[in-house]
Amino acid sequence: MFQYLIRRVLIAIPTLVVISFIIFAVLDLAPGDPTGNLPLTIPPEVRELVRKSLGVDDPFVIKYLKWARQFFIYEPISIIEDATQIKLTGEAGFPRILSWQTRSPVSDLLWQRLPQTLWVVGLSYVFGILIAIPVGVVSAYRQYSIFDQIGTFISMLGFSVPTFFTGLLAILLFSVQLKWLPSIYDTTLVVKDWPSFVLQVKQMIMPVTVLAFFNAAQLSRFMRSSMLDNLSQDYVRTARSKGLVERIVVLGHVLRNSLIPVVTIIALGIPSIFTGAIITEQIFRVNGIGDLLIRGIYNSDIPLVQTITFIFAILIVLFNIVADAAYGFLDPRIRYN
Amino acid sequence: MKIKLLLAAFVLGTLFNFGFAQRGSDGTVTLLYWQAVSILNPYLSGGTKDIYGSSVVIEPLANYDENGVLTPKLAAEIPTLENGGVSEDLMSITWKLRDDIVWSDGTPFTSADVVFTGQYCMNDEAGCVGRNFFDDISSIEALDDHTVKISFSVPKPFPYAAFVSAQSPVLQKAQFENCLGLAAQECTEQNFGPIGTGPFVVADFRANDVVTYEANPNYREADKPAFQTVIIKGGGDAVSAARAVFQTGEADWAWNLQISPEIQAELESAGLGQFEVSYGTSVERILVNFTNPDPALGDDRSEYMDGNNPHPFLSDINVRKALSMAIDREALVEIGYGQLGTTTCNVLPAPPIYSSTANDDCLVQDIEGAKSLLEESGWVDSNGDGIREKDGMELRVLYQTSTNAVRQDFQAIIKEWWREIGVEAELRNIDAGTFFGNDPGSPDTYGKFYADLEMYTSSMSGLDPEPYMNNWTCAEISARANQWLGSNNNRYCNADYDALADQLAQTAVLEDRAAIIQQMNDILMQDYVMLPLVYRGDASARLNNLMGTRKGSWDSELWNIADWYREE
Amino acid sequence: MSVVIAKPKKTSTDYRSQWLDTWKQFVKHKGAVVGMVMFFLIILLVVFGPMFYTISPAETNLRARNQLPSLEYPFGTDNLGRDLLAANLHGGRISLAVGVVAMLISLLVGTVVGLVSGFNSRLDGILMRITDLFFALPRLPLLLVIIMLYRDKLRAVFGPEAGIFLLIVLIIGLTSWMQTARVVRGDVLAIKEREFVTAASALGSQNNRILWLHILPNVLSPILVSATLGMATAIITESALSFLGLGFPSDVPTWGRILFEGKDYLTITPMRVVWPGLFISLVVLSVNFMGDGLRDALDPRLRSKG
Repeated sequence: MFQYLIRRVLIAIPTLVVISFIIFAVLDLAPGDPTGNLPLTIPPEVRELVRKSLGVDDPFVIKYLKWARQFFIYEPISIIEDATQIKLTGEAGFPRILSWQTRSPVSDLLWQRLPQTLWVVGLSYVFGILIAIPVGVVSAYRQYSIFDQIGTFISMLGFSVPTFFTGLLAILLFSVQLKWLPSIYDTTLVVKDWPSFVLQVKQMIMPVTVLAFFNAAQLSRFMRSSMLDNLSQDYVRTARSKGLVERIVVLGHVLRNSLIPVVTIIALGIPSIFTGAIITEQIFRVNGIGDLLIRGIYNSDIPLVQTITFIFAILIVLFNIVADAAYGFLDPRIRYN
Repeated sequence: MKIKLLLAAFVLGTLFNFGFAQRGSDGTVTLLYWQAVSILNPYLSGGTKDIYGSSVVIEPLANYDENGVLTPKLAAEIPTLENGGVSEDLMSITWKLRDDIVWSDGTPFTSADVVFTGQYCMNDEAGCVGRNFFDDISSIEALDDHTVKISFSVPKPFPYAAFVSAQSPVLQKAQFENCLGLAAQECTEQNFGPIGTGPFVVADFRANDVVTYEANPNYREADKPAFQTVIIKGGGDAVSAARAVFQTGEADWAWNLQISPEIQAELESAGLGQFEVSYGTSVERILVNFTNPDPALGDDRSEYMDGNNPHPFLSDINVRKALSMAIDREALVEIGYGQLGTTTCNVLPAPPIYSSTANDDCLVQDIEGAKSLLEESGWVDSNGDGIREKDGMELRVLYQTSTNAVRQDFQAIIKEWWREIGVEAELRNIDAGTFFGNDPGSPDTYGKFYADLEMYTSSMSGLDPEPYMNNWTCAEISARANQWLGSNNNRYCNADYDALADQLAQTAVLEDRAAIIQQMNDILMQDYVMLPLVYRGDASARLNNLMGTRKGSWDSELWNIADWYREE
Repeated sequence: MSVVIAKPKKTSTDYRSQWLDTWKQFVKHKGAVVGMVMFFLIILLVVFGPMFYTISPAETNLRARNQLPSLEYPFGTDNLGRDLLAANLHGGRISLAVGVVAMLISLLVGTVVGLVSGFNSRLDGILMRITDLFFALPRLPLLLVIIMLYRDKLRAVFGPEAGIFLLIVLIIGLTSWMQTARVVRGDVLAIKEREFVTAASALGSQNNRILWLHILPNVLSPILVSATLGMATAIITESALSFLGLGFPSDVPTWGRILFEGKDYLTITPMRVVWPGLFISLVVLSVNFMGDGLRDALDPRLRSKG
């Protein structure tokens, strides 16, 4: 098992290098211009100076190698230094990957955006799981019952209706018409007492609900079919014929086994917490990582977009390995060699 | 006696809490900047949001007020010819600084800071966006702790560029000392939290998200600012920002609200707030290409070539005039801007002394007149396809602009009007980043102008129209040779116009300058070099109880935020 | 030996009865039937609608702006007085075309990769590496970046509509084929071991023949299921891109685009958002239901139950 994981990680490294190169090439060959969004009153000669100071016109390979050195060597060291407060590299430190738009290290920006993304999107993922599992279990156990039919329909609805549609309707209803909930997400809010906690809950309700509904819809379908698979297995019949209480059969045996594939799917979905919420963050004005990325794209902030996209890729690869490991760990029949 | 009176007034003031507001007594003011603030150093970002965001903290020597009048801030007075601050030969300007000003960290503000700021931006490696404010400066020297002399290499009839307006504030030398040249890019801490002399200090900065400011304890006026905290919050879009002021009251102020008229009406009916519209010189206009953009010409398309590559039909003034006559400017304002814009027939509609009234007949749409004008000059539809032609040349135009809902609406409507007069327009819209970018590799930049007509908004920067009017001289023609960096995108060349430009450069008296500038404006308009469409206002919105705002288009709209307060 | 010779003959009737069986099973799934009917109704509507409802979606009418639904304007009008029914019908054509074409591209690539790697053990390793690589690409960010950066280039080459159509369709298709490839490969590997294939190759059938005659029909069912899923995803992705302002240009209506442009007018003409939102939801819902029914119908375990 351990050897297998080591091998997976070793294979992942060249994959990631190739991906970083692809992403870099895609971004670099494009005709965007970081000075394109400056006001028209700024004369072209000044734009030229700005472009130079950003290093926009360096040759492709040099830019890539520079970035790779910064990303793989300098950034980790700098982050360790910041965390431990130990200066390994002298007073000046290494040059960081700087966003063109803000001239600040990209990792700092990401760090700032992480909390709200984790809160809103992460929480909605957790809620989604908490809703999906019981719904899936009951739907499968009472297949073709009214509950199953309605559950199926609602979950179909959940992942068919786009979140930007439900989100808009929710804002219209709860913020504009009823004025119950704020339409702006306040990232500076610090939860320190009851009223601020209430505020935090209020501003999170809409985005979390909309996303949780979407997540729950997908997961409950998986849960249902996984339960169905297991319910028709021989061991269930054996357990029943042994005279075990139905509760124990279903919750103890079937549910445990059905959860195995669902857990891996949950692990596989974790990177989408970071990537998939771009639209929801836009609608509810949660200034999270998705919003950072979108603004980076609009402003041709290549270093920022490059870095975030690549971090997404790392997350995807990482959680793929985690999912495999979880599978091997949970299912005794599977042994990796 | 006097002291007693003052004391009495003070006691009364605190008792009834009017007039004599205390610093920080009005709590928090929330400003929505949906294009979020990215950086608080205006020298590294030309973005309006960033300039405004930093203007709360760092200040210039002088600001323009809402009427475009220069008012001293860190300077004791505005130097002029009369008071001897501007030398007779127009080769230098001497600023007297206030001597009672301290930075928010308690250290005194001196002329060394001003001199340093000049060095900072004039270093070509720094990529300073405000570099052109320092054009033609030969030296900046400190005569004493509170006197700065700026010398020019050429006579400057209008010497108020460097250190004037929020685009060119004074940085603290002690803080930015190690940020000269290339190092400017890496001074994140300084760029995110400049130490200033302004009414507020940066408490927390999250790039592209939110800035929190607290009242500056060392601010020069003891009872100001009235607010303890300013929050500039980013994210979302113009409409949702406006809703937060007008409908939910979540924010006190929202900036840059280009919103369609019907939504304006709906928002205002909610009654919590009102629009604050100010006018600068922004004019949405259609530019006419005077050269031939035919793709068949290859590299020579849209090249001026000393006048040897004229546009096949737009070089005919009657065609240009007919295109202009067919446009109903009132309707465009009504559809695209509502109360956030008005009509104009000038490329330079303000300040008042420069604005001409000679071209106002453009305000009335005249489709029939346009038709007969084309008819008379030989443009007739002989083959019955609805498009006029002459010598086998059909009036088909490629009309490009950047991608933006109002612009596409305008394109659609104008296309209809032109169809009525027998001109067929093909519409094109290009992503703004590409269109306004200067990538020499992209065929779609506004500078290359590979189209017959293009539409965008432009305005002058600062208050002196001279550089702006120089945009249409022959020397400025955008071409391959200058990497399409010239500012004369029309490729317009007129000896009379150039002569006026030369004359302007040698004129110092304001009234004479105004007369010349009006003439230049009239030439451009009567030659139909550009078709002005809408005089665009800069719209913000405020909650009804937010008082003291004096929004102008000549400087940061937050230039007087020290005076803002909340009415109970 | 005689059994083996008889096999090819039998398979054709086998398939027929198998498909008939599947169809019977499919029809039992109420949701699937309703979904299918709805889907074809919407297809009919957007394909033939504009032939009867001939108002141009681009025609502006400044005297009839922001109209609510009425007899003259069944869906209402937008802020330029453009007819929303016409826009939704034309937009539907593009949105559905994007869905279908992107799905076909993704199916084609996925099936080819899956078949080849399942069939050819030498190419299997490298193809699966590539599949993994594509899996690790962050899809939505990459889509956004590519479209933002390249749309004007393609626009210049292929014209405004075709350029962006090609770009969107290709990018959605080329980043979503991996699931199909894996499923097909797995099925090919399983079927390859089955007796009729080993028999056919023992009898000296050409590889190609085996592929087309024996394996492809057997992996059709997972391909069909991925087709429905792929189409639903493609339609949602296109509308999400348009919603972020990065899809089709503003003069080309698609459902996502109409919704995006209507969102500011939500309080004035709510139907401007509701119609396209409803269309997207209905199409995706019906496609998903069809996929669900198809999966149930093709699943032998469920079949024995029902």
